[in-house]
Amino acid sequence: MYEFLTGPAAIAAFGIFFIGLIVRVIIYIRGLHWQMDRVTYTVNVSYGIKGAIRSVIAWILPFGSVGWRSKPGITLLFFIFHFGLLFTPLFLQAHNFLLKERWGFSLWTISDPTADLLTIITLVAAVFLVLRRIALAEVRILTTAYDYILLGITVAPFLTGLLAFHQVWDYHFWLMVHIISGEIMLICIPFTKLSHVVLFFCSRIQLGMDFGIKRGGMKGKGFAW
Amino acid sequence: MAEGKLCNRKTVDTKEYLNALLADKSGKQYYKEMEELDVDTDKLQATLKASLKSRLRTWLEICAHCGMCADSCFLYLANNRDPKQVPSYKIQSTLGEIVKRKGKVDNKFMRMVMDTAWSKCTCCNRCASFCPFGIDMGIMFGYLRGLCFSQGFVPWELKIGTGMHRIFQAQMDVTSEDWVDTCEWMAEEYEDDWPDLAIPVDKENADIMYTLNAREPKHYPDDIAETAVLFHLAGENWTVPSEGWDQTNLAMFAGDWGACKIQVESVYKAMNRLKPKRMVGTECGHAHRSTVIEGPYWAGIKDGKTPVESIHYVEWVAEALRTGKLKIDPSKKIKEPVTYQDSCNYIRNGGLKNISREIMSYIAEDFREMTPNREHNFCCGGGGGFNGIGRYRAQRNAGLQIKRQQILDTGAKLVISPCHNCWDAIRDMEEIFKDGIRWSFLKPLLINMVEVPEHLKPEGEL
Repeated sequence: MYEFLTGPAAIAAFGIFFIGLIVRVIIYIRGLHWQMDRVTYTVNVSYGIKGAIRSVIAWILPFGSVGWRSKPGITLLFFIFHFGLLFTPLFLQAHNFLLKERWGFSLWTISDPTADLLTIITLVAAVFLVLRRIALAEVRILTTAYDYILLGITVAPFLTGLLAFHQVWDYHFWLMVHIISGEIMLICIPFTKLSHVVLFFCSRIQLGMDFGIKRGGMKGKGFAW
Repeated sequence: MAEGKLCNRKTVDTKEYLNALLADKSGKQYYKEMEELDVDTDKLQATLKASLKSRLRTWLEICAHCGMCADSCFLYLANNRDPKQVPSYKIQSTLGEIVKRKGKVDNKFMRMVMDTAWSKCTCCNRCASFCPFGIDMGIMFGYLRGLCFSQGFVPWELKIGTGMHRIFQAQMDVTSEDWVDTCEWMAEEYEDDWPDLAIPVDKENADIMYTLNAREPKHYPDDIAETAVLFHLAGENWTVPSEGWDQTNLAMFAGDWGACKIQVESVYKAMNRLKPKRMVGTECGHAHRSTVIEGPYWAGIKDGKTPVESIHYVEWVAEALRTGKLKIDPSKKIKEPVTYQDSCNYIRNGGLKNISREIMSYIAEDFREMTPNREHNFCCGGGGGFNGIGRYRAQRNAGLQIKRQQILDTGAKLVISPCHNCWDAIRDMEEIFKDGIRWSFLKPLLINMVEVPEHLKPEGEL
């Protein structure tokens, strides 16, 4: 079971994840239309590139945009959550050990206590995201069951990983559930709004080009995101 | 499929139809017919298939439902933070739903969509600058208005507006003859005070071709005279076209993309005919947005630029003051506290924030910024056609409160507003709230402030 899940199943999950995301980006770019979107993507390119870079940088850095600065609490929550989501699994010792063993390469790693802490922080951030959805009327009205399901799919590998690591109840059970939930998450990303792992960049680049080329980018420094 | 005589899916291309709409006071019959108007779901589905591209589809799909857009919307703030005014909710419950149901929606739903598209969003695009994903709900509402228009669900005044553009290539029933007559009349009227003042019509190869808002010849002809005086004082070689002179575009507010194209092409044709070095537009936000920023796309111009370089009036004023073509008499600078209304259409969506500040540095001694300002300024409360739709007057008036508070907080009683829509909104605000606020375009203020060279003064004053 373990061999299968970390072997062929893992290859399939990663394959679907990477190919799926590449396909999403290709579909996005092919669906852009200069006249319908009213942005000359292939003319005035230098303004487009400048606008795109400014748009991505302002929003990928904590407090990098007026929008992030206007909501410090949520901003902190979002960045902690996303940092934990990305950083923990990538640099976890156990994952890299497996990587080395199966595919012959590994990344720089963090210590287990650090990973432990990051996992707990990520889970706590997720709880706060749920509470925020319930507590704030302006978020509640937007929230659907789908949002909770996706959050569940996203944090399941963290929760199960934590339980496995601390050998709560049955290590092997949690390990299997952990691997399966991780693979489910990978497979879901291209097919759900979790595809924002790449579409965030597509959308931000597109809007950056829109403002950079057409909406004022040629008239000065550009939009003060 | 049921369609009304006045309210239907047809475009207004004849004077008979236009006159019938105008005769229907306040659109009483029009809105009654709308209740019976069938939705052509096949057409709606086909339109979605042809025009809903990856940008909009992606925006609808990836919205994280985080609610960061809520506070960015002045209508949300002005309506006691009603969750139904959250931009994401407004677009998901209308366009999102139409897409989800693949166009299979009914009359009642479309009327709700129309009310949302024109009374809960002014397409100011402010929410776009607060969404982490860069989802521009203003653009989506623009698209949604196009869907509504194609199905005949459009406010009465805007249906009329599109007819005006289609028939007169102007937002009001001002013919080419009326327009040229008004120019001659204004030149005569003002020439006693300003010797040799002229409004040259159809002069080829001028440095500037001036285009304006049809309201000016129709209701405020003095604005044209003021334009002429300032160009005269600045020594500009300028002209106006006899045809293709209206820079505005109510069709953009209505979502009638066919009329948008007709309108901007009339102006581009004038550019090509008269071959000016550049075009200067009047103190109007949406006119600049439609003719200079969006227009080239409707006209299919691949570099996204107008046939000749086109600038907003504030760009010309800043240049004239910077280069000394116009000189301000220092003793006549505005002494009292004064603030500036950043128009969404040429500040947030046109990048002219610094130009406006430059002008203020030349003419005002106590300039006070609103908070927030520049590209993050709030809509005046009347943009996107909101000012002109009787059906939504109460909602428009409620929305004005945010701008009102912004102005009051500056402590200034004078608001400079080089945009017709903002100007109207602030005028109406004063009518309702009576705060003693005054509002003005730049032109009348500048005329009272500029130094008049000796040779341009009337003889009696020499």
